[in-house]
Amino acid sequence: MTSQPILEVSGLTMDFGGIRALNALDLDVASGEIVALIGPNGAGKTTFFNCITGIYTPTEGNVWLTPPGGKRVSLNGLKPNKVTERGLARTFQNIRLFPKMTVLENVMIGRHCRTKAFILGAIFRDPRTRREEQDILETSYAMLEKVGLGEHCDEFAENLSYGAQRRLEIARALATEPLLLLLDEPAAGMNPQETIELEGLIKKISREGQAILLIEHDMKLVMSLSDRIFVMDYGRKIAQGTPREIRENPAVIKAYLGEEVDA
Amino acid sequence: MAVFQELKKGALISLWFVFLTFPVMVIKVDPIARTVTWRWMNALYMAIGTFIIYTLVQFFIKRRGRSKPSTVQKEAGSSVIHRLLDNPRRRAMLFVALAAAAIAFPQLLSAYQTNVMTTALMYVVLGLGLNIVVGLAGLLDLGFVAFYAVGAYTYALLNHHYGLGFWTILPLGGLLAACFGILLGFPVLRLRGDYLAIVTLGFGEIIRLVLENWGEFSKGPSGISNIARPSLFGMELDLHGSIVFNYYLMVLFVIFTIFVVNRLQNSRLGRAWIALREDEIACQAMGIDKHRTKLVAFSLGAFWAGLMGVVFAGKTTFVNPASFTFMESAIILAIVVLGGMGSIVGVILGALILILMPEYLRGLSQYRMLAFGAILVCMMIFRPQGLIANIRRTYVYKKTHNDAQAS
Ligand SMILES: Nc1ncnc2c1ncn2[C@@H]1O[C@H](COP(=O)(O)OP(=O)(O)OP(=O)(O)O)[C@@H](O)[C@H]1O
Ligand SMILES: [Mg+2]
Repeated sequence: MTSQPILEVSGLTMDFGGIRALNALDLDVASGEIVALIGPNGAGKTTFFNCITGIYTPTEGNVWLTPPGGKRVSLNGLKPNKVTERGLARTFQNIRLFPKMTVLENVMIGRHCRTKAFILGAIFRDPRTRREEQDILETSYAMLEKVGLGEHCDEFAENLSYGAQRRLEIARALATEPLLLLLDEPAAGMNPQETIELEGLIKKISREGQAILLIEHDMKLVMSLSDRIFVMDYGRKIAQGTPREIRENPAVIKAYLGEEVDA
Repeated sequence: MAVFQELKKGALISLWFVFLTFPVMVIKVDPIARTVTWRWMNALYMAIGTFIIYTLVQFFIKRRGRSKPSTVQKEAGSSVIHRLLDNPRRRAMLFVALAAAAIAFPQLLSAYQTNVMTTALMYVVLGLGLNIVVGLAGLLDLGFVAFYAVGAYTYALLNHHYGLGFWTILPLGGLLAACFGILLGFPVLRLRGDYLAIVTLGFGEIIRLVLENWGEFSKGPSGISNIARPSLFGMELDLHGSIVFNYYLMVLFVIFTIFVVNRLQNSRLGRAWIALREDEIACQAMGIDKHRTKLVAFSLGAFWAGLMGVVFAGKTTFVNPASFTFMESAIILAIVVLGGMGSIVGVILGALILILMPEYLRGLSQYRMLAFGAILVCMMIFRPQGLIANIRRTYVYKKTHNDAQAS
């Protein structure tokens, strides 16, 4: 990998009381890559996402983000909304949509951090605000089309099927124009058909140059999508490498004892 | 089998109720004659009554549950009013009819009726203001009346000491209340739900207690009287003229508020409020500044309460702390909840019903409040989403999308 790194994490540690959920974790993602983060249940994968997106404040460690051609900025201690503004957008393992908003409005929320209109703009609807609203609408709709939810745009988000809700979360995250997209188990609860569609979607997004960091339990999906894989267990990184290297790594096989790791 | 289970449950609940009400309903002690009467028949009535009510409620809940939940939001909130508002021609006709009725009202009806309607309209505005905080942003605020008091006392004090007029104070009262909104907002930024409710409740009481006890500042419980009525282009109005004037003033206020709230809720800010209500963490993760959004909701809600406070002081020409008890907050909250959280039409209906109903139920004299309570309870059982369920705006996306591609 010669391309420039986007996300760099070093020595990330998170303690919950006595539990060390993350233990001096290092990780990096380069531009255009799909990187997978895998590990048994309770390994600390979601906690890792929560720490780098500012939802939890890590006990120790550094998180850096580098925009293409820009200077590296630290994400330490930023609030979640600031992190999103800098360019990390995520989906949630247990879907967190806005159930009583329409599908389109859910995506429009994603545009929030890229737009400005406030009280006066809302009340007076000056030309600038109207242009901005129009832009929000168009971009959001384009995102919905991309994930294949165009015709559902006026439904309440809560009425979508499970798989569609997961795709809506991806559209909402994409609407923030992230440098790096974080997906927390996007295939969880999907049927095989939906999983295949999801794989196509992730590949499509990736071809457009989107860097992706993916947590996933579905090994087939992980092996076929990822450029590189990080494996965690008990908060520690136990392996890292290409799908082929990981498949043959004895430490990984041990961690997944009983679970078959085949592609 | 299920029926038997239900009946058994009903019987148990009736028994429990009889037990609870036993000391009051059955035992009657006459301390003078030193006799104890056991009114067993009352226990029986109690049991039968509870059983019937319970069965009815269960029956209706079951029936509602059986009707299939709809997937499209149009169906979910389908109601006469939405159908009326959907068609542009019918909507225009409805608006014309409403405008005509609003203009003719004080001409056709007595000053008393006009006055009652003015009060109802004030609660419409208060309800719409609180609706921003509770209905849109989902922040349960039980101390809303504090901001109403701030507005009222701003006018009362400045008029009393410096003789400032209604129109000067109106924006000032609103702004001052908005500042108090931010002041309250800061400490409660981290709170949600029940905790927020308790703190705001406390805040409301603090303001009232300060007004009650800080005699040098607010004249304590005796209040401030002889506040100037709103003037019409510098003209002083007589009593009847001012009642009519206040009414038209409130009509304008209601229109203005509806306009602003409608624009707010369909804006970037309004969407952020609703997202905040739906899921705070997801909302932050999507780049919304939670604290700022909450503070704005608090202060904008408070702004309307402040405006209404000034109008209230001008209308009654007298303020004292007794007008700003928790009961007021509760009524305004009931308006929002009953009408349908987040729905403008709902809040308007809620305010008109809740304020006008007790007035017109006066015929029932002492049972008035009982009937009022019963209606509220029934509402909550049979239509917990409020009179008008809020329907989110749908956008004309297709056209704009194609346009964007064409150009
Ligand atoms: N807020 C919290 N407070 C205390 N402990 C927590 C908290 N969040 C996570 N943990 C603990 O941290 C550990 C890692 O949890 P995490 O949710 O990150 O696992 P995961 O790798 O995402 O697992 P899964 O594959 O099941 O999603 C678990 O032992 C969990 O109990
Ligand atoms: Mg997880």
